Amino acid sequence: MRLAATLLLAAVCGASAAPVLPAVEPARAGTQCVEDPALMRRQHMNFLKHQRDETVHGGIRGAKHSLKDCVACHASAKTGSVAAAPTDFCVSCHSYAAVAVDCFECHAGKPATAVAGVKP
Amino acid sequence: MTSRRGFMGTAAAAIGGVMLAPGIQLIEVARAAAPSAGANPQVRWGMLIDTNQCEPGCNDCVTACNTENGLAADTRPTAAQWIRKVEIKEIKTGRQASVPVMCQHCAEPPCVDVCPTGASFKRADGIVLVDRHSCIGCRYCVMACPYKARSFVHEPLTDQKADVPRGKGCVESCTLCVHRIDQGDKTTACAEACTKAGHHAIIFGDLNDPDSEIARRVRELRTTQLRADLRLDPGVRYQGL
Repeated sequence: MRLAATLLLAAVCGASAAPVLPAVEPARAGTQCVEDPALMRRQHMNFLKHQRDETVHGGIRGAKHSLKDCVACHASAKTGSVAAAPTDFCVSCHSYAAVAVDCFECHAGKPATAVAGVKP
Repeated sequence: MTSRRGFMGTAAAAIGGVMLAPGIQLIEVARAAAPSAGANPQVRWGMLIDTNQCEPGCNDCVTACNTENGLAADTRPTAAQWIRKVEIKEIKTGRQASVPVMCQHCAEPPCVDVCPTGASFKRADGIVLVDRHSCIGCRYCVMACPYKARSFVHEPLTDQKADVPRGKGCVESCTLCVHRIDQGDKTTACAEACTKAGHHAIIFGDLNDPDSEIARRVRELRTTQLRADLRLDPGVRYQGL
């Protein structure tokens, strides 16, 4: 899979000099990210890591940078998940950046309530 | 007379109330009320299990726990088990009792003492948990626990509950339904199921609150700690053992 992606990337890069960006699925319509998208791209891992300790050890739930809230808005319309298919939100960018995303080996990649437009 | 800042605040609130069309304001409003207060150090969560009320053969607490936390109803010896029913019998008299056993949420937890990474920890409100982010799966805590309360996840999992992340390579045990407690719920899945079944054998509550049902009963009745000789001060007490 990764080899195929690399070959594809090489082929496209050969055709034009412009960098090939991953096709990232847009968030659910009518939602607003908790931070500026540019900041999220750089810092989401730090926000998540900071808050996870407060949640697990301190019991503070429902704060601003919650993985559950990420999933609520970014779950794919097709697969219902952020990490089930290569085109899903988290996976598309992480495979482009070649960074393993281990979150969803334990965390649910699907919203708690699958109904569209309802926050779990 | 309204100050400029006050006016701006009022204006913003009015706009927030009116301009809900793109859904942005709605989210901001919901988020403003969101974060829970966190573990309260004044509280000591615990359970009292009345073995006289516990029905032999009834497995509702185990089933409820499995459903709440997304555990598979798997009977293999390697399957994760957060609560189990233990049937005991006094050989001389033949007296039998059925006892649900889970993590006892000790005040002096041996699992925390032995954990090499600090993954096994006790929260401010007395709940003993595993931080799966730092658990390396060494299973020292499994060995250290005298109640055999901890399980190891041997195989990859799918379809975990959104509130209960679980995964291969980590140790886990009863969390006293911490995800419910943090959101203000006053009962656990097992206690709720037991009450629903009409047995009322499991009472969950704050041992530090003198007005709570659990504190009153622990004060008035003779209750037992499992392996009291180890002086671990468990948060789970048993009545009628």
